[in-house]
Amino acid sequence: MAPSDTELLEQHVDQKYEAGFVTEVETETFAPGLDEDVIRRISELKGEPDWMLDWRLKAFQHWQTLTEPTWANIEYEPVDYQAISYYSAPKSKQDGPQSLDEVDPEILRTYEKLGIPLQEQKMLAGIAVDAVFDSVSVATTFREKLADAGVIFCPISEAIREHPELVKKHLGTVVPYSDNFFAALNSAVFSDGSFVYVPKGVRCPMELSTYFRINAPNTGQFERTLIIAEEGSYVSYLEGCTAPMRDENQLHAAVVELYAGEEAQIKYSTVQNWYPGDPETGVGGIFNFVTKRGLAAGRRSKISWTQVETGSSITWKYPSCILKGDESVGEFYSVALSKGRQQADTGTKMIHVGKNTTSTIISKGISAGHGQNTYRGAVKILSGADNSRNFSQCDSMLIGDQCGAHTFPYIDVQSPSAQMEHEASTSKIGEDQVFYCNQRGIDTEDAVSMIVNGFCKEVFNELPMEFAVEARKLLEISLEGSVG
Amino acid sequence: MSLLEIKNLHARVEEQEILKGVDLIINPGEIHAIMGPNGSGKSTLAQVLAGKEDYEVTEGEILYKGEDLLEMAPEERAREGIFMAFQYPVEIPGVSNVYFLKAALNAIRTHRGLEEMDAMDFLVYVREKMKVVKMDEALLNRPVNEGFSGGEKKRNEIFHMSVLDPVLAVLDETDSGLDIDALKIVADGVNSLRSEDRAFLVITHYQRLLNYIVPDVVHVLIDGRIVRSGGKELAFELEDKGYAWLEEPLGAGEPVGA
Repeated sequence: MAPSDTELLEQHVDQKYEAGFVTEVETETFAPGLDEDVIRRISELKGEPDWMLDWRLKAFQHWQTLTEPTWANIEYEPVDYQAISYYSAPKSKQDGPQSLDEVDPEILRTYEKLGIPLQEQKMLAGIAVDAVFDSVSVATTFREKLADAGVIFCPISEAIREHPELVKKHLGTVVPYSDNFFAALNSAVFSDGSFVYVPKGVRCPMELSTYFRINAPNTGQFERTLIIAEEGSYVSYLEGCTAPMRDENQLHAAVVELYAGEEAQIKYSTVQNWYPGDPETGVGGIFNFVTKRGLAAGRRSKISWTQVETGSSITWKYPSCILKGDESVGEFYSVALSKGRQQADTGTKMIHVGKNTTSTIISKGISAGHGQNTYRGAVKILSGADNSRNFSQCDSMLIGDQCGAHTFPYIDVQSPSAQMEHEASTSKIGEDQVFYCNQRGIDTEDAVSMIVNGFCKEVFNELPMEFAVEARKLLEISLEGSVG
Repeated sequence: MSLLEIKNLHARVEEQEILKGVDLIINPGEIHAIMGPNGSGKSTLAQVLAGKEDYEVTEGEILYKGEDLLEMAPEERAREGIFMAFQYPVEIPGVSNVYFLKAALNAIRTHRGLEEMDAMDFLVYVREKMKVVKMDEALLNRPVNEGFSGGEKKRNEIFHMSVLDPVLAVLDETDSGLDIDALKIVADGVNSLRSEDRAFLVITHYQRLLNYIVPDVVHVLIDGRIVRSGGKELAFELEDKGYAWLEEPLGAGEPVGA
């Protein structure tokens, strides 16, 4: 007899992680360890003003009083924060590359290999890229074209020097350094990330994106992204992430802050494909502890998060919206895949403050192999948020019988006029569905990927076109490497 | 050479023996009907032919185009031309019917050394086939079977069959739950696909489907064995007398090949 569907599914556990190569570049890397001196040196390397250093040091002092959170549904060896290097950058002439000609060709090749050519003529038309390599931004494309529209898109380290008034006004206002353990750590040691400013009434003429690459061993990546959309503006921002395959765990603790003024809209999409660790043993992989939050400050502003999380050995991430402006809108669309030994605890928080605010949560969790997938979401409707509405839908799919799916929705409604809807489902990928596909000539691998893609369709529909294709492919590769 | 040759087939599900020695020969161009009371093993036979893993063959063999069918994975069987219209077609949320069929057809074409059909050509091809089963075009873009009525699901199976152009089509109680109009549409679809090269195995509980799809041979399956085979008139006899008169201890029963 032919092998059973389950056996076929199990056979596909041979992991392929295509972004797992290492780039050989000379780097300047700090010795492992974290103290005030390290923070001073990061700040100095970046040529930061005193106020920035002061803020970092305050964050560091606060961090020292905190302990790592343990409430998430994840298990991992404790992180030794003194064993990590907090800064690593490719060596460059002088202050860093002024143009692409000065970027190490090895690094350009790295991005090309990942499908992200940084030469503007080779790029997908309509997408500007900021490429962050370990602790620094190595290139930002299409800056002139964006500047013509009044849009600022640059590394945050540059924004701190060039646009201090904007950074000072917004940095830490949406995610204060005291917010949580990882946000405090990031505030102390963040090295680079992207800064976006879209002035009043401007519709950003192209998609903006940041591509994060962790390359150096034994190094944490602590990027910080700040996006400011002034009154009546619109911006769509994408981020992608990969890292080499290594036997040690690497820490990625990012903070993203979004600010949307009156009638402004920010669409923020993530395709996260950090190295997930060895699928059999669970050795290695990225610890992805990320704090992302958007403030829909103005009336009728809108913040929309879309994430496709296929990588990392551990994902701890809750992109959230504070709906402060009346009639503001928050959205969260998520696909999270946990395969091999991956663990994901992810979801969102929607905090309704203003009147007539609405939020939508669509979460699709897929667990395969020994993966554990947790949806954790909170919807809070405060007493002044009259006539606010939330719709949540959390679906989980199980592939194989060794994995797990968990759902923790927290609901706190203090306004009697609020409307809440919550739907949840858990399904095992049907052997009947797979057999039906087989009977039509479709092999099991394609069948699973088709069924999973169908399951995720509502979320993929939210992604910008190029990214939707990318996400679909990624899920195919991921499943090819992991369906168990 | 016969298209399908089943010899002394025994099969079980979870320890329970369902098929207890089935013999059957089907030649290209023939329509065979298998009738029998509930629980006689009709659907088991269909599932074994399609390769469903829950059914374990314990004895006997099946030759398809002279090859050992039981050695082939379900998708290989499909690509070699075996199609089963399911009694209970499953739903696949988020996957459109047209996308699904294109993937299926191209998997089959690739296997047969043909070029994949592109989206435009496929659409033209599919529209032609839709007329055969009087399918509403809206059902093309809806997710596979999701929210389809019982009749629509069965019709969709016949539609899949016409698109995938099988060599041997197994219809597993396609008539169950259909009203007379839907039944006629399904039968018209099957009749339009009749050809010298294609054979059908029609599994049904009732004789009425055979008013519209006229079989060459009718077999009666009782308790895992074919107890009688005959021409289409056997179906009428069954309609009159029921199955009880055939449910006698075997020995006298003559398993007849076609």
